Amino acid sequence: MTAVPDIEFRGVTKRYGAVTAVSGIDLAIPPSAFVALLGPSGCGKTTCLRMIGGFEQPSEGQVFIRGQDMAGTPPYRRPVNMVFQQYALFPHLDVEDNVAYGLRQARPRLSSREIASRAGEALEMVRLAGYGRRKIHELSGGQQQRVALARALVNKPAVLLLDEPLAALDKKLRTDMQIELQNLQREIGITFVLVTHDQEEALSMSDFVCVMNGGRIVQLGQPSEIYDEPADLFVADFVGKTNLLSGTVAGHSGDLVEVALADGTVIAARKRTALQQGEAVSVSLRPESLSLGARTDSPFKGIVRNRIFLGSTAEYAIEVKGIGTLLAKADHLIGHGNLFKPGEPVAIGFASGTPLAFAETKNNGANQRVDKHVEIIS
Amino acid sequence: MHGSRLRRNLLTALLLGPATAWLVVFLVLPFIAIAVFSVGERAPEGGYQAAFTFAQYANLPARATAFWNTMVLAPVGALACLLVAYPVAYYLALRAPQRWRLILLALVVIPFWTSLLMRTYAWMYVLGGRGIPALLAYIGFEDVRLINTPGAVLLGIVYGYLPLMILPIYVSLERLDRRLLEASADLGATPLSTFLGVTLKLSLPGVMTGFSLVMILLLGEYLIPTLLGGGKVFFIGNALVDLFLQSRNWPFGSAIAITLVLVSVVVLIAANRISTRVSGARRVDLI
Repeated sequence: MTAVPDIEFRGVTKRYGAVTAVSGIDLAIPPSAFVALLGPSGCGKTTCLRMIGGFEQPSEGQVFIRGQDMAGTPPYRRPVNMVFQQYALFPHLDVEDNVAYGLRQARPRLSSREIASRAGEALEMVRLAGYGRRKIHELSGGQQQRVALARALVNKPAVLLLDEPLAALDKKLRTDMQIELQNLQREIGITFVLVTHDQEEALSMSDFVCVMNGGRIVQLGQPSEIYDEPADLFVADFVGKTNLLSGTVAGHSGDLVEVALADGTVIAARKRTALQQGEAVSVSLRPESLSLGARTDSPFKGIVRNRIFLGSTAEYAIEVKGIGTLLAKADHLIGHGNLFKPGEPVAIGFASGTPLAFAETKNNGANQRVDKHVEIIS
Repeated sequence: MHGSRLRRNLLTALLLGPATAWLVVFLVLPFIAIAVFSVGERAPEGGYQAAFTFAQYANLPARATAFWNTMVLAPVGALACLLVAYPVAYYLALRAPQRWRLILLALVVIPFWTSLLMRTYAWMYVLGGRGIPALLAYIGFEDVRLINTPGAVLLGIVYGYLPLMILPIYVSLERLDRRLLEASADLGATPLSTFLGVTLKLSLPGVMTGFSLVMILLLGEYLIPTLLGGGKVFFIGNALVDLFLQSRNWPFGSAIAITLVLVSVVVLIAANRISTRVSGARRVDLI
């Protein structure tokens, strides 16, 4: 609780001319955390990462690394290292010289024996021992990725910054690397800050996810919180797949509201933001929270329009009159034993959880206090 | 199937034909002629007389001074060009605002549209008695000599060949991945060591292209030294003009020309080797 955060943003704003890329961000990242900055392109996540690295200077506010104000400190004097998008490996150097590049910059100079042994260890750590004399262009994408990791980690940074590190890899390799990165982070115990637009990647790898939109932090929390308790409509829509249904608030009962949907159906939903009687709302229904069957008490009845078979589950697009198309995910092996066919009528019920209701107008006051963030994370 | 391949080959031959014919008539045949001349003898009334002797090559030391002067002028001139061109190319490629870049680049090339002879004459006036020296005299510096000095020759050479040096360096710097510079800084390299360790090394193919291009052209240069240097120092270019047009000793001129070609080839190969080794590039682009 009292530990000095590895990274701290205090009221950081970044403008490019008339465009505000990052707007008044407060954030504290405690030691040894794996944090993902998640958001659509242009949300300011990369700008935040580049401000930690020192490639951009904040227009307002301060960035601290381990309690040190970094104002005016150039990238080459910061105790952080970055894995760049597409890796930015030096094409004129071989693998070992790429990895040793940072060690050669150290002052006072390191002995060549120490440089060689540390570079060797780093290559071993990323399972590339014996590749030292290879040229960069002779390596596969996954191997280049690991060289970039070794090149950054060999300098023993306080924080490792990762800018969309897996974007250039194919899906299978990406999954492997996700696990490898997680293991690596636990092994070394330093803070990793990952920038990604891929919500699956953010949820699966990190201890904490910081969802950004329009230059602000919209929500900060553990992956399960982000998924189960999205702070607003944007997060609900951006993180994971969901069905958003428009309706109006018809009544209140404690934490729940009754929402009248377009076709007149009234469903109970948990409110995530303060709601007024008669206010326009969106209700979020996760596809996996829906159940399909022939039950008569189901709120919706529809016709299967499309089926995507996914192995252990199947996704259905179901047309519901007056509502639109709903996406439902069904565990067909355990559930019903067989698949619904396109054209078949089905009843849709709620299998688990309660739908969430959000005000239609986007909640943009989501900049929480630093201390609250620290609390959430530690 | 067979027919279509034949047609394709025919088309290839047709497209390559004109260029091949041009090169054969204007490069290969003259080169063979020069090579044959170089082992011949001077006819009594001048020109060429068939023979097979290496006497002309044995006689090369007679022009040793011209060779020596050229061997100094070419690399020194190319080096001076490089020292001026690199900062310009660096600014154009990495520092100049995007929207000015093309205009600035055009400014580098536009002087090339005027004949080199014309521009060199202009320098004669600028450096001559009524040019800069007159201005200097006006503010109190009497008797400054600029024209007919080695400095004037160097200035003329740098001025005349600058675009040929700037453009290839610009291209290689422009192609440089900026994230490599950020990566270098991120790994703790100061701006100076980033420049030496990344920027300079990766722009070496451009540097070598520009250097060999200018140096090869300087091996045959005699106009600028004649006009701005007062014609007191002789170069291979002067020797060739003299031997072919005045004293009409074609075989000796040919021997000198062949030697010059061989030197050029050696320069090119060396430049290629160096930049391949240092920058890790697999080839040098000759523009």
